[in-house]
Amino acid sequence: MILMYLKAFLVGGAICAAGELLVLRTKLTPARILVGYIIAGVILSAFGLYAPVVDFAGAGATVPLTGFGHALAQGVKHAVEESGLIGAFTGGLSATSGGITAAILFGTLIAFLFKPHAK
Amino acid sequence: MDKQRIHTNPQHYSWLTDQLSPPSPLGSGLFQAFWVGGLICMLGQAISDIGVHLLDLNARDASTFASISLIFLTALLTGIGVFDKIGKYAGAGSFVPITGFANAMVSPALEFRREGLVLGVGAKLFTIAGPVLVYGVGASVIYGLIYALFIH
Repeated sequence: MILMYLKAFLVGGAICAAGELLVLRTKLTPARILVGYIIAGVILSAFGLYAPVVDFAGAGATVPLTGFGHALAQGVKHAVEESGLIGAFTGGLSATSGGITAAILFGTLIAFLFKPHAK
Repeated sequence: MDKQRIHTNPQHYSWLTDQLSPPSPLGSGLFQAFWVGGLICMLGQAISDIGVHLLDLNARDASTFASISLIFLTALLTGIGVFDKIGKYAGAGSFVPITGFANAMVSPALEFRREGLVLGVGAKLFTIAGPVLVYGVGASVIYGLIYALFIH
């Protein structure tokens, strides 16, 4: 169990450090890096390369945005297996609905409850 | 007094500023992103384990539970102004995990609240999350079609 935490820390940290390298050494904005990460997650997952990382590192692979892409791809895959072509349209958002709904709900709530801070 | 004219073009100006600005410290930036990002993932692992062992969730639901909890925590920390400070220190360490997705929704929604509930809060929630969802969902649909037509 302790080992799992260490692996989550190391792999998650490495994925974040790779993102920081893009910040420091390219002119990519964070928004572009996030878009790149989610597409990379979908592609890696489609080729079966991301599931082994999740098995190895747990949340170290699912918490970074590449894990979001992986969840989209796996959702689509399972939905296609269950209901055919229509699954390509329903699977992605079904699998990620919890996170997206939470972000919309808590985002709206916080925007109502708090005042903007001076930067 | 004569205005001093600078004879340059945008490319040359960009080259000049690149020459004059000190290189960003690679080592410490990477280290800061690494340990904060790693810690956030470890926290996600802990929440996920709580989901499995205490709430009897299966692995996939536990992972969703971890995402929702981290998103809630980020929204709250963004609201009280703490997440900005973490972000300044950790860079990609805070925006690559799901916390970055949550912060990218809450932060502009909060900031543009005065523009109204519809075009302020409602629209600005998706300033960055919009493109991320567009390309993420787009890529997954392409994969789904290929999988349905040629692989499955």
